[in-house]
Amino acid sequence: MRRRSTFLFTVMAFGFAFFYVPILSMIFFSFNASRLATVWGGFSTKWYAALFRNQQVLDALVLSLKIALLSATCATILGTMAGIALARFRRFRGRVLFSGLVTAPLIMPEVITGISTLMFFILLADWVGWPGSRGFTTITLAHITFSMVFVTTVVHARMLQADAAIEEAAMDLGSRPWQVLKDITLPVISPAILSGWLLAFTISLDDVVITSFVTGPGNTTLPLLIWSKVKLGVTPDINALATLIVLTVGAGVLIAGILLQRAERRRERDMQLAYRANQ
Amino acid sequence: MRATAAEGPAGTAATPAPADVLVRIEDVTKRFGSFTAVSGVSLDIRRGEIFGLLGGSGCGKTTLLRMLAGFEEPSAGRILLDGQDMAGVPPYARPIHMMFQSYALFPHMTVERNIGYGLKHERMTEAQRRDRVREMLDLVQLAPFAGRKPHQISGGQRQRVALARALARQPKLLLLDEPLAALDKKLREATQFELMNIQARTGVTFVVVTHDQDEAMTLSDRIAVMDKGRVMQVGSPTEIYEYPTSRFTAGFIGMATFFEGRVQGVDGPSLRIDLPETGTVIEARAAAGLAAGQAVTVALRPEKIAISRDRPAAANAVEGTVQDLGYFGKDSLYRIRLATGKLVLVHAVNARRTGADGRVADWEDRVWLSFDPEAAIVLAE
Repeated sequence: MRRRSTFLFTVMAFGFAFFYVPILSMIFFSFNASRLATVWGGFSTKWYAALFRNQQVLDALVLSLKIALLSATCATILGTMAGIALARFRRFRGRVLFSGLVTAPLIMPEVITGISTLMFFILLADWVGWPGSRGFTTITLAHITFSMVFVTTVVHARMLQADAAIEEAAMDLGSRPWQVLKDITLPVISPAILSGWLLAFTISLDDVVITSFVTGPGNTTLPLLIWSKVKLGVTPDINALATLIVLTVGAGVLIAGILLQRAERRRERDMQLAYRANQ
Repeated sequence: MRATAAEGPAGTAATPAPADVLVRIEDVTKRFGSFTAVSGVSLDIRRGEIFGLLGGSGCGKTTLLRMLAGFEEPSAGRILLDGQDMAGVPPYARPIHMMFQSYALFPHMTVERNIGYGLKHERMTEAQRRDRVREMLDLVQLAPFAGRKPHQISGGQRQRVALARALARQPKLLLLDEPLAALDKKLREATQFELMNIQARTGVTFVVVTHDQDEAMTLSDRIAVMDKGRVMQVGSPTEIYEYPTSRFTAGFIGMATFFEGRVQGVDGPSLRIDLPETGTVIEARAAAGLAAGQAVTVALRPEKIAISRDRPAAANAVEGTVQDLGYFGKDSLYRIRLATGKLVLVHAVNARRTGADGRVADWEDRVWLSFDPEAAIVLAE
């Protein structure tokens, strides 16, 4: 018994070490005074200071955030519509094809998506003269196309879970279809829409492969910047930048977790209340 | 025979609807692909009654209900509400509301807002709307729970919210899909009477779909028994139980033992029927239309048969052996084997405390079964 638990503990420790030692070492070396990324030269926060003075990094960050906000929002609108259509309209002409086309980017290799999107933009520029140059617009469009599927999947799953009778009930009580959508469907699936948006936002924010295909000169997103800097060798300011990203994401997950836990506790209390009222 | 049963007592479809008919269903058929869910159903639902649609799963009762609500359009036939053809009228434009089997409460709204949801389509002031919701909350005794969300109340309370929400707009017709199915047995009985009470107070016509015969018998003023998409019989609970017109209805509602036989002689309403399975010729009463030589089925309800140790002086008597008995305290159910091997169900009240346990007869006892000529249900099929 004792031996087995030691074994299990060791396996778990190795597993966690494999996941988190690289990240922890990166955070550790971001406070390194030395220029050399892997040689400890004393504690310093100078790389963080340098980061905030680096206009290139700040520009890339702003561009990435702008693209992520816009593409996540558009992907959420389109993805929600597709998710609802797939869940509620069980039979329409071309449903199988539609479902396949919507989910294809999920399994398509990113390189293929990237190169085909690039080819499409080049052909389009040839035929109709748009887009004249690649950059913000083309990156945003490409991000919408591959992040939409995540929203669709989440919304579709939530719609299948929800009782379709509540929509019928609203219609039965006098609401036209668009009112039902506004009053019932959207509020009920709003958590799925929100998490779909967050997924799309995150995916857009850290995409390298597809972005590198469809970007143009002078339009460097944050992941592209990191990628190009690392090609010249890992410097401590990259460590500092990555540390900040990790901390931001970590804080976000922590806050979301706390909110969810609170909601769950409230729900449990409500259930007990209902149970007591039933006695 | 089925056709006459489906047309019901109100007459044929050609006559104009009498004033007390609220819904007229005329020869309605619904097909899904190659599957026919509802087949040539004609029914009249009267103003102010509780009308039960009774049948097993897949008999088409829910499809019929959904056609009344407007969620499905009939493949053929017409549905008239107050003489107005409902074809093409969408669910939101029909003065017909539905209480769903799952209740379908809006999970993100409070009890109060659930009940008031339909009222936003009514031309009324905010104060009138509040009064109406309050009135509904009082009707279903949920005023203390007005601010709760559906997941914060019990199953029985949810059922009442669904009822109040469907009644708030004062529909002409309320459809209830298995209204008591989700409740436990004890609550179901109490709720049954509450439903009848609320129906009487509001005067709204109810159509109740159920698979539970006891529920249909208690709740309904009239019942339509459905099987395989067809209406087998329409009538009051008493008519359906005492005067079934088909073997299906006789077997579906209550218990019965069936005997195959042949009419031997007719004398006005009196019949002499040869039942080889009993080894005797019995005396029965039946409406006109049967001739000598015709094959019939005779159904006997267990409680209409008397059981005794000595040969009774009744018109119809037959001897048998107790094969099985179920003792329930206040009554017993016997399975009696006749000389021909036929098993007959007999129900007897244990009215006396004679002997050790008060039973009329015991296992393997020889007994006499007897019944009145009026007790035999004669089915011409």
